[in-house]
Amino acid sequence: MILPSAIALGREFAGARFQIAPVRGLSVQDGLVIGSVLVLIACYLLPLGAVVALSFLVPVPGIGNYWSIFQNATVHAVVGKTLWISSLTVGLTLLLGYITAYALVQAGPVARKLMLAGVLLPLWISVLVRNYAWIALLSPGGIVNSILIRWGWLDQPVSLVRNSFGVVLGMVHYMLPYAILPIYAQMARIDSTLPHLARSLGASPRQAFIRVFLPLSRPGLAAAAFLTSIMSLGFYLTPAMLGGGKTVMVAEFISIQVTETLRWDIATTLSTLLLLVTGALVWRFSHLLELATAKPKT
Amino acid sequence: MSSSFLTIDSICKRYGLLRALEAVSLDVTQGEFLTLLGPSGSGKSTLLAILAGFAEPDQGIVRLNGRDITRLAPEARRFGVVPQGYGLFPHLTVYENIAFPLRVRRSRSASINGRVRQVMELLQIGSVKSRLPRELSGGQQQRVALARALSFEPDLLLLDEPMSALDALLRRDLQAELVRLHRQVGTTFVYVTHDQQEALALSDRIVVLNHGRIEQIGTPRSIYAQPATRFVANFLGKNNLLQATAAIGPLGRLHFHWNGHRIAAGVTAPFEGPCSLTIRPEAIVLTKVGHSSQGTKDRILGTVVNHTFHGASADVIVAVGHESLTVTLTAAASPPVPGDEVWLAFDAERLWCLPEADTISPAASATSPELAA
Repeated sequence: MILPSAIALGREFAGARFQIAPVRGLSVQDGLVIGSVLVLIACYLLPLGAVVALSFLVPVPGIGNYWSIFQNATVHAVVGKTLWISSLTVGLTLLLGYITAYALVQAGPVARKLMLAGVLLPLWISVLVRNYAWIALLSPGGIVNSILIRWGWLDQPVSLVRNSFGVVLGMVHYMLPYAILPIYAQMARIDSTLPHLARSLGASPRQAFIRVFLPLSRPGLAAAAFLTSIMSLGFYLTPAMLGGGKTVMVAEFISIQVTETLRWDIATTLSTLLLLVTGALVWRFSHLLELATAKPKT
Repeated sequence: MSSSFLTIDSICKRYGLLRALEAVSLDVTQGEFLTLLGPSGSGKSTLLAILAGFAEPDQGIVRLNGRDITRLAPEARRFGVVPQGYGLFPHLTVYENIAFPLRVRRSRSASINGRVRQVMELLQIGSVKSRLPRELSGGQQQRVALARALSFEPDLLLLDEPMSALDALLRRDLQAELVRLHRQVGTTFVYVTHDQQEALALSDRIVVLNHGRIEQIGTPRSIYAQPATRFVANFLGKNNLLQATAAIGPLGRLHFHWNGHRIAAGVTAPFEGPCSLTIRPEAIVLTKVGHSSQGTKDRILGTVVNHTFHGASADVIVAVGHESLTVTLTAAASPPVPGDEVWLAFDAERLWCLPEADTISPAASATSPELAA
């Protein structure tokens, strides 16, 4: 119901640009397929091709752009920051997602429905709105700071936003449903009597979790890690808004090169590299999503 | 019974309004094969869950060798469990499944290897040791589950309908296997089933449960021959329950009046009044009218209304007045056909009676030495 569609959403996000349906014969169906392929080419592949082409053409033809990118200290810093923020985000998202999914599996049917609604609701709210909400909550004059000061826990406001903390918070918040759903789907498939049985065979609650439940939920965890990694590498809006120019990640950096400093050579080269990296990740790990959506084996 | 191995003392368990178990008390002897038999909802699986430590009773105590284990965690009990559907760990190989109880107990790896090999040999599954559970047949999964539950030499083996997912042929093979295994390892087996044939074939003793209460405890033979309640009489095997009146004759011998007939009983009992007379279908001798009636005085005339062939035996439904009886024939050269007039004679030794009110009858308790044993 909700779950497969969310997973399909994730899959579309991750892999659509590489999947073009084959064309056979000439029925109405084929016409629709051809039409959509043409739209895809016009709106997606051509501009993308242009970006890749530009990276080899401006300011002078050749691979000089790539050479200089690898030696650019600013780019190094931005990429380093991106990897750091991304791994922090993925790690936290997986941890929180795992706990939430576990609570979902343990909950009664009514509680589970409410909790699932709570997980899915943010998906329908624009990321822009959510980011403004975070700013309203976390800024120095925001709700969180004023409450903490009023209660005497703080003497002066602390920066909760316009730094890495704000970026990670916003990103984790955005990613959580994409982690919770595949993990929950996998956990729901685990025979709930197995942990009990492990204990009757002598395992402590901890051992039962580590030796039985955790390995059985691992495919969901892997799928969630894959989805959130791909997404966080190219994250733009949240770092741009909650980072406040101090925490700059690759996507925002590219945008600055295009719109402000007009360094299209750096922008297109970095875009091409980002595309390559995410493409390689999708190529290598997309089977994890198949695994998470596969029918249970009996 | 002071030297009792496992004692279950007035266990009560409710799930909301449902009374799963009501004041169930039971002694399990060391080394026996005890079966909890009952229809679904009788509380047998709840009792097993309480023994395994998966559920806590609302009232009552479970003792092992005199020690209260009612609230002991499952891992502290040393009871092996073979659950319904086997519960094999799908991510572990056969070998690792069997080694699991030993690994979590942090046994030395050399002793793990030796012990796993030993139980794999006992259950003849050495050839599939590196396979995953999903690559095994149902019978093999069953054996692996048994091997895993026995690998750590448990004090007690709890089996929850382990055969319910198997087909009839395989089930019969595994029944024989299970009896052999029990004899070989000497561990106390507590076996839960709703299948009365299985219970009769496997058990040293059977506990019949219904609606969360114990109906009867006894050996398969005693329960089959002398059911304590109407429920037991109907639940185990085929049976004829007849509304009769018991009377004691001038010589103190018991006889029954049923349907206008007088039927002599092979027992002496201080019991009179309305009762349910039970007679097993195979304890009725059937002869066609016109043949000699084998010298039986108390014979009853009936008409065959139906005949069902089962291979080794055949069931014949005979109408007597407004009532009907089932008679099982083993080898009939010329079986009676519907419409035939037949003489029925009851084996007096195999008559049994229950009083009208569904409680343990004085006749039952007075005449069944096996029950008291």
